[in-house]
Amino acid sequence: MTAVSSHAGSAEASASQGGVAVCAYDRLTPDLGAAALVGTTQVALFRLADGTVHAVQNLDPFSGASVMSRGITGTRGETPTIASPIYKQVFSLLTGECLATMDKQPHGDLPADLVVFGVTVRDGMVHVDVPGPM
Amino acid sequence: MGTEKIVVVGAGMVAQRFVQSLRTSDAEGRFDVEVIGEEAYAPYDRVALTSFFSKAGPEDLLLGDQALWDDPAVTLRRDTRAVAIDRDAATVTLADGEALAYDHLVMATGSSAWAPPLPGIDLPGVFMYRTLDDVARMRDWVRSRQAIVGRPVRGAVIGGGLLGLEAAGALQSMGATATVVEFADRLMALQVDKSGGEALKGLIERLGVKVRTSLATTEVVADAEGRAGTLRFSDGSEQLVDIVVFATGIRPRDELGREAGLAVAERGGIVVDDACRTADPRISAIGECAAAAADGHVSIGLIAPGNTMADVTAHRLLGREEAYLGADTATKLKLLGVDVASFGDAFAATPGALEVVYSDPFSGSYKKLVMTDDASTLLGGMFVGDASAFAQLRPMVGAALPGDPSSWILPEGAAARPELELPDEATVCSCNNVTAGSIRHAVNEDGVHDLGELKSCTTAGTACGSCLPLVKKILTTELGKAGIEVSQALCEHFEMSRTQLFSAIQVAGLTTFSDIIERFGTGHGCDICKPTVGSILASIYNGHVLAEDRAALQDTNDRVMANMQKDGTYSVVPRIPGGEITPDKLMVIAEVAKDFGLYTKITGGQRIDLFGARLEQLPHIWQRLVDAGMESGHAYGKSLRTVKSCVGSTWCRYGVQDSVGMAIRLEERYRGLRSPHKIKVGVSGCARECAEARGKDVGVIATEKGWNVYVGGNGGFSPVHAQLLVEDADEDTVIRAIDRYLMLYIRTADRLQRTAPWQAEYEGGLDAIREVILEDSLGICADLDAHMLHHLDTYEDEWKAVLDDPERLKQFTSFVNAPETADPSLAYVEERGQRRPATPAERVALVGSASLEETR
Repeated sequence: MTAVSSHAGSAEASASQGGVAVCAYDRLTPDLGAAALVGTTQVALFRLADGTVHAVQNLDPFSGASVMSRGITGTRGETPTIASPIYKQVFSLLTGECLATMDKQPHGDLPADLVVFGVTVRDGMVHVDVPGPM
Repeated sequence: MGTEKIVVVGAGMVAQRFVQSLRTSDAEGRFDVEVIGEEAYAPYDRVALTSFFSKAGPEDLLLGDQALWDDPAVTLRRDTRAVAIDRDAATVTLADGEALAYDHLVMATGSSAWAPPLPGIDLPGVFMYRTLDDVARMRDWVRSRQAIVGRPVRGAVIGGGLLGLEAAGALQSMGATATVVEFADRLMALQVDKSGGEALKGLIERLGVKVRTSLATTEVVADAEGRAGTLRFSDGSEQLVDIVVFATGIRPRDELGREAGLAVAERGGIVVDDACRTADPRISAIGECAAAAADGHVSIGLIAPGNTMADVTAHRLLGREEAYLGADTATKLKLLGVDVASFGDAFAATPGALEVVYSDPFSGSYKKLVMTDDASTLLGGMFVGDASAFAQLRPMVGAALPGDPSSWILPEGAAARPELELPDEATVCSCNNVTAGSIRHAVNEDGVHDLGELKSCTTAGTACGSCLPLVKKILTTELGKAGIEVSQALCEHFEMSRTQLFSAIQVAGLTTFSDIIERFGTGHGCDICKPTVGSILASIYNGHVLAEDRAALQDTNDRVMANMQKDGTYSVVPRIPGGEITPDKLMVIAEVAKDFGLYTKITGGQRIDLFGARLEQLPHIWQRLVDAGMESGHAYGKSLRTVKSCVGSTWCRYGVQDSVGMAIRLEERYRGLRSPHKIKVGVSGCARECAEARGKDVGVIATEKGWNVYVGGNGGFSPVHAQLLVEDADEDTVIRAIDRYLMLYIRTADRLQRTAPWQAEYEGGLDAIREVILEDSLGICADLDAHMLHHLDTYEDEWKAVLDDPERLKQFTSFVNAPETADPSLAYVEERGQRRPATPAERVALVGSASLEETR
C-alpha cells in the first residue's frame, strides 16, 4: 500500500513525523468513516476511494453529538466532503468548511466549520496529529 | 436599538401582520415596536376559532413564529389596555397610568361583537362569539350544563352570517344541538342570493343544524334559576334553550381615536386615506377599526384587506409608498364543512348582466356565474356546496371567459373546461397580493425556475397556500412556452431522475455504485445520490443493505440498521407483525431494555421502541432479540414499516373479518421491501376503521363481502386520506392489487416521494394506476408480479445476517482504537423512571461544558 495523504495543512505534521497511531490503514474501509479517540478528543477518519485518508472533529457542530464518522462521504465539484448524519450539513474534508448549513444554526455557540487534523500513513499505520495536551 | 418608536394598539391578526411585515423589511433596525394587547394571548388566528376544539389548546391557534416576539426590537405587552391617546404629547396612556411615547402610532384595535339591546341579553348562559376566552367560556358552560341536564344541551345562535354559522359548528363540536336564527330571509345574506341561501340552508340542515330565517328574536327569558331558558320570537313562538350565542354583527372599536379627536366614519371606523393615515400624520389605523377611503369609508370585516393595510402601512413607514386600493370582497369559506364562495359582482348588479345558474337538488350544490350581456366577460360568481372552480375563476373577473361558461358550473367532468390563460393583472395570491404578471415576470425575466424559489421571491403562496397549484401551473406553462424543461436531476452527480435511474440500472444490470456512477454519472457521489442508488439496488436485487460496497451508500440508519437519535445513539425496534405479540416475547424485550438501560416507548405503529443504544451495543442487543425469534422491524429503512391493525372479528363484537390475520400476512409479505420512502399499512376489521387505515399508504378495510383496498394516504405534515382502489375483493385479489401497486410505486416514484404525491402526479392519476395494475394496460403486470416474487424468495432478516458475519460486525465499534469504550460525551438524566438525554444546561452540571469544546 503506497497511498498516503491528506490535506494541505498536514505537510508540517508529516514532516515532523508527528501524530498518534490509531489503527492499521487496512482497518479502514473505503468511503466508510470510523471514529478514533485521541486523548479526550474524538476524531472522525475517512479513507476515500482514491486512497487518501482525512481526519476531522467527530463532533457535529449542528447537533452537538459526536457522529461525523457516521456520515456519508461524497464530492462537491472536486472537493471531497462529509455530510452529517443528523441534519445533513455538508463539510469540506480538506478545510472543514461548512458548505451547506441546511438553513440551520450551529448547536449552542459551536463554530459551523469542522477542525481538520493532520493525517499520515507510516508503516501501514494511520497517525493523527491532534494538537494540545494529550 | 432602533431610532424611532412605533406603538401598536391592539394585538390581533392585523397587528401581528404589521409587525411581521415591518420586521421583514426593516433591515437596518430603524424601528422599535411595542404592541399593546388586552387579551392574555399573543396574536392568534381568530378566523379559526372553531378549530379551537379540535386542537390541543390556544397555543395551536397562535399566529406566525414565536421568534417574532422574541425579536429584541419587538415588545409584546399582553393583558394590557390602552385607555387614551394624547396627540399633543404623542403618548398612549395605559390602564395603570403609564404613558408610552411614540414616534408613530398604529391603531389596530379591531372590532367587538355587537348584540341588539334585548331584554335578557345579560343573563348567564348568553354569550358573544369573538375571542378565545368567549369560546372557552362557552365550552365550560356547555360542559357544566351537560353534567346536570342529562340530555344534549340545547343551543341557539342568533345571527346566520359567517360568525353565526361558525358558532353553530362550535356548539355542535361541544356536543350541544344548534338552531340558527336569522332575521333576514336567508343565511349569509352578504355573500349569497336567495337561491344560494336556500341551498346553503339545505346543506347545513343535513348536518343536523336547525335553521330558522325571517325571524327576529325579541327576548331571552330566564328559567327558574335565573339562567337563559327560553327564546321568544317576533312571531310569538318560543324555543327552550340552555345556551344562546349572539353573532349579530361587529362594530369597529374606534373609541380611542374618537376620544382623541380623530374623524370617525358614519358607520364607525377611524377615517384613513389610501395610505392608511389618519388626519394626524403620526397616527395610522389598519384592519377592522379603520374606515378607508378606498372602501368608501366603511369598515370591512375580512382578514385579507386588513393584511393589505398592515403591509401598506409598514412599507410606508419604511419609506416605500404604496396604496391600499380597497377590499377584494371575494370570499371562500368552509362552514361546517360546506363550501361557500362569492366573488366580483355576485349579485348581478351590473346593468344587463346575465346569470348562468346550476342547481343540483341531490348534492345540494348551487353555482352561479354572472356574465356581461353578451355572455363573453366574467363579472362575478357564487358557489354553495362545491367551490372547486373558485380559485381559477376569481382572478378572471373582468376578463373574457373562453368557451361555454356553463362548463365551469356543471359537475366536474360533465363538460370539458377550456384552458384558462390568466390576464397579467389578475391576482393569484390574494393574501400577499401577487399578480399573475409578477409571477410570469419572475419566471421569464428573473430566471426563477423552481417553485420554492418562486415562492420566496414573489411571496405568492407563502401565507395560506391555497393558490399554490395555480402558481405551479403558471410556472410550468411559462417554462413550457420558453422550451425549458424542469430539471429532474437527482443531484450534481446524476442528470437523471430517480425513475430514469431505476430503469437505467435495471436495464444495464449494474450492481455496484462505482459501476453506476461511472456509466451514468460524474464525480464520486454525495449524501443524496448514494442512498438513492443504495435503495434502488435493494429494490431491484434485494441483496443485503450492507453487501459489497453498499454500506458506504447508506444513511447511518440503514448502515447500522437502527434509528439515530439527537445525541448520536440509536433506537431499536423489533418487528411485531400486526401488533400481535406473545407475553414471552414481550418479556424478552423488557429484559433487554432493562439490561441495557434503554428508554422504552410504545410507537404509533403498534410496536416497541428502545432508545439510547450505543453503536457498539447494537449487535449485543440484537443477538438477544434474534435468539428469542425476533427480527428487524426496519424502522430505520425507506421500506415497509408496520401493518397496524384492530383486533378484528376474532375478538371484537363488531368485526366482520380477521384483520389481525390479514395484517400479519401483509407485514410478512412486504417486510424488508425497499422503496423511495417509508411505507405504512393499516387493516381494519370493519367500517368503524379503528386501525385508521385510510391514513396509510395502503389501507385495507373489511366489508361484509370481503375487503376494500385504499391507497395513497398518509399522516404527517400534510395528511391525505387514501382513495379506493378495489372494492369487496377476496384475499388473493387484495394481495395481487397491493403487490402491483407497491411495485409500480417503487419503480416510478421520485426520491423521497410518498405514495400520496406520487399517485397525484402519476399521469392520469389513480384511474390510470388502476388500469395499469388491474387491467394490465401497459402489459407489465407479469413483470411486477415476478418482481414481488423475487422479493419474497430472497428475503432474509438483515440483523441475523449481520450477526453471522464478523466482517460486517466490525462496523459496530465506537472507536477503532478503543472498540468497547463508550462515547464519553453522552450524558443522561432520569425522568419518570427512565433516562433521557440531558439538555445543554443539564450537561454542564453533569459533564462540564468542556466536552462540547473538546476539539477546540
